Amino acid sequence: MISDAAFWTLTAALAVGTFLIRFSFLGIFGRRTLPPWALLHLKYVGVAVFPALVAPLVLWPEATGGSPDPARLIAALAALIAGLRVSVVAAIVAGMGTLYLIEAAARLL
Amino acid sequence: MTEAQAFRKGALDCAPFILIVVPFSLLFGVVARDAGLDLLQAMAMSVLVIAGASQFTALALLEDHAPVFVALLAALAVNLRMAMYSAALVPYLGHARLGVRALMAYLMVDQAFAVAVRTYEAEPAMTPAARVAYYFGCMVLICPFWYGGTLTGALVGQAIPAEFSLDFAVPVCFIALTAPLIRSLPHAVAALVSALAALALAWLPWSLGLPVAALVAMITGAQTERLLLKRRRA
Repeated sequence: MISDAAFWTLTAALAVGTFLIRFSFLGIFGRRTLPPWALLHLKYVGVAVFPALVAPLVLWPEATGGSPDPARLIAALAALIAGLRVSVVAAIVAGMGTLYLIEAAARLL
Repeated sequence: MTEAQAFRKGALDCAPFILIVVPFSLLFGVVARDAGLDLLQAMAMSVLVIAGASQFTALALLEDHAPVFVALLAALAVNLRMAMYSAALVPYLGHARLGVRALMAYLMVDQAFAVAVRTYEAEPAMTPAARVAYYFGCMVLICPFWYGGTLTGALVGQAIPAEFSLDFAVPVCFIALTAPLIRSLPHAVAALVSALAALALAWLPWSLGLPVAALVAMITGAQTERLLLKRRRA
């Protein structure tokens, strides 16, 4: 059970902290331009962050208590291939669809 | 492109993400009630923070009886990536008024950022005002669905069967976001380094592995681009 005091302290601090992180550059450097080296690095923010978020979630999913799950690994691969070859929506459909198919097949066997 | 057109284009371009935001926010609502939060608390978190991954992190740690400051540090570490989004948006949106920029900061989420930056890069002819309109267009659908999904999840709770494996919607969402960003060899190298570094650094406390891995991958991507450019010139 989470205490009310703990929850509200955390939520208030997280709300303020998260806003300050989001506002940092937009708010402080708003009317200045960034140096070329910064722009070069910023091109890679997306590909630097998302795989780092995904990899542990795919390899050690909480749903299986953190142990690797072949169904989820295959589904993630399907999503990646569909995303690279087709589109964002195709990636979602392929990822979740593959997982449902494998899980349905596993229940039948 | 007029502002109205840009706004509509933003909404249209980000509409597919409703498919991700709905299960993600539903899941948060369900998990929040499961952890013992009431309806007001679940909604307060989603409305005040609007950053799913950090909300899940904070909740999991609180439920695990971690001290508040540890849960806060971990959740903020997960959100550190958004300082990089904030910086990446400056060249495109930095001209806006302070109040507008504050609202844009509040609404800054992974999906809208990824789509907006991709569009700004692809369409350099876009006027500054159109870019701002496009950004808000991106969020006009995502934001209400995020609130509504949390509310629905918190209301229906355990009625969603585990067979739907809603947990996996989170990584699938991030994979779908990453794939279109891999446009060149340096991008692919950065993505690979990011994934491997996150796994190798998973032992770091408070989710610090994520920002560290991202930083390493970002530098790797930039240096790979520099190296390739040098080689081509030589």
